[in-house]
Amino acid sequence: MEIEEVRKVARLGRLELSDDDLVLIARQLSAIIGYVDQLKELNTDGVEPMAHPLPIQNVFRSDELVPSLTVDEALRNAPARSGDFFAVPAILDPGDEESH
Amino acid sequence: MSFVERTAAELLALQGKGDATAEDITDSFLRSIRERDPKVKAFVHVDENAVRERARAIDQKRKKGMPLGALAGVPIAIKDVLCTRRVPTTCCSKILKNFVPPYDAHVIEKLIAADAVLIGKTNMDEFAMGSSTENSAFQVTRNPWDFERIPGGSSGGSAAAVAACEAPLSLGTDTGGSIRQPASLCGIVGMKPTYGRVSRFGLVAFASSLDQIGPFAHDVTDAALLLEAIAGHDDRDSTSVNEPVPHYSGTVNEPVKSLTIGVAKEYFTGGLDGEVESAIRGALKEYEKLGAKVKEVSLPHSPYAIATYYLVATAEASSNLARYDGMHYGYRTPGKLDLISTYSRTRAEGFGKEVQRRIMLGTYALSSGYKDAYYLKALKVRRLIKNDFDMAFAECDVVVGPTSPTAAFKVGEKTSDPLAMYLSDIYTISCNLAGIAGMSIPCGFTKGGLPIGLQIQAPPFEEEKMLRVARMYEKVTDWHTRRANFA
Repeated sequence: MEIEEVRKVARLGRLELSDDDLVLIARQLSAIIGYVDQLKELNTDGVEPMAHPLPIQNVFRSDELVPSLTVDEALRNAPARSGDFFAVPAILDPGDEESH
Repeated sequence: MSFVERTAAELLALQGKGDATAEDITDSFLRSIRERDPKVKAFVHVDENAVRERARAIDQKRKKGMPLGALAGVPIAIKDVLCTRRVPTTCCSKILKNFVPPYDAHVIEKLIAADAVLIGKTNMDEFAMGSSTENSAFQVTRNPWDFERIPGGSSGGSAAAVAACEAPLSLGTDTGGSIRQPASLCGIVGMKPTYGRVSRFGLVAFASSLDQIGPFAHDVTDAALLLEAIAGHDDRDSTSVNEPVPHYSGTVNEPVKSLTIGVAKEYFTGGLDGEVESAIRGALKEYEKLGAKVKEVSLPHSPYAIATYYLVATAEASSNLARYDGMHYGYRTPGKLDLISTYSRTRAEGFGKEVQRRIMLGTYALSSGYKDAYYLKALKVRRLIKNDFDMAFAECDVVVGPTSPTAAFKVGEKTSDPLAMYLSDIYTISCNLAGIAGMSIPCGFTKGGLPIGLQIQAPPFEEEKMLRVARMYEKVTDWHTRRANFA
């Protein structure tokens, strides 16, 4: 894999990798992808993809109020809290094209 | 024999006869943890006072003549990937280091209802990604049979805790062999139930179509007892199957009549160690002596299982682990950054190398332009692997072979080569892809004194038969009575 391709995947996966990490991961991913490429030997024409081992159906529950977490319980693990809310970095930045 | 070397069934009987209290038993195991765990490093969290209090409460119930659960007073260790209310649950990751769940996993509720004593949380590969428990962010667990060697993984802490007699039972999770492989390497019994048999509610997800919770124990009867306690339908897991739970511990001693054992020829090629192979062949001879028919079957796509698994599992992981963004819980990078950089730096600082590698591989396999060639291709091969098992099980009751190609390897031996580590799961991975049941039982030792495990795989929801087949062999051998020496 090319470094630029690895950089793009890291951006998609939201991982800030150093240049050294990118080089190492490029080498390791190339080896792993070289290995998984053996699947291409197999003819899978007409084979139904299997995403799941069981036949899955939707499960619904009746629309009734049930007890849920209190605000304090829900916020107990928050890295930052502001009153009854999670405190997070600004999600809209007028100077950032990407956030528009 | 001291309490700590006993099985859960024996500990239940001792309490029933009035020869021991839950507090006596629990104290012995807590002492064992204090003495042995500095070397073994199986546990990441033990709250001695809370554990003792729980044992005393169960003794009180017994004294008052109140009805008691099926595991009353039996200590059990829990892999740190299962949510425990008000008890830290870290997945052995820096990103969840301070996480304390506000609720219990379904299996934890079941164990509490069964009056078991939850004795502590055990070490694991971070987010259950690994085969040696060396990927824990906190510590490296050692194999109780040889401290220079790994216990297997990812449920290495839970396996080592039982093998070191620090707990008579434990729970692990198995996504590609993470219960069976460490059970094999630690000389105990470990089972991955059929996908859907045990609710995953409260299990921190790695690969949702493969993950399953299962028991570790010294012997097959104890594994049956523990499976019986945790199995069953739960409407909070949409993949939990609404099928009755058989009385596994009641039927485990009944031999299976006209048993046909399938032996996959593909399992006896390439990297299989000679000593492991002869132990497996020896076990097959025992089955023949018991009247079983041993028949060669073929699983022609099994050589492709690892490649399939490392695409399917990493794709699912990259999606599941997107939730760790440092916003609602878990670690957040201290720097004052914009939103996207906060996500990316939090994840780079919070996840270990193997987790990052798998997120990268999974993201790549799902990314535009590669999804069909990798992810979709893997899902098609997964179908072929499942079809292989369907055909094999048309000819035999169970498929038997090695659990791991070698006995326990040395600490550090495979850490620099991810692919070599992945290959140690060669015999266990197909079972998860196909969604069938599988277990490992002790079947011998190498000349160097390392345990060897026999894998038994059964069709979906045939755990009852699988346990009976395992028990047939156990009855005529004594491997399961051996304990690692801590003198």
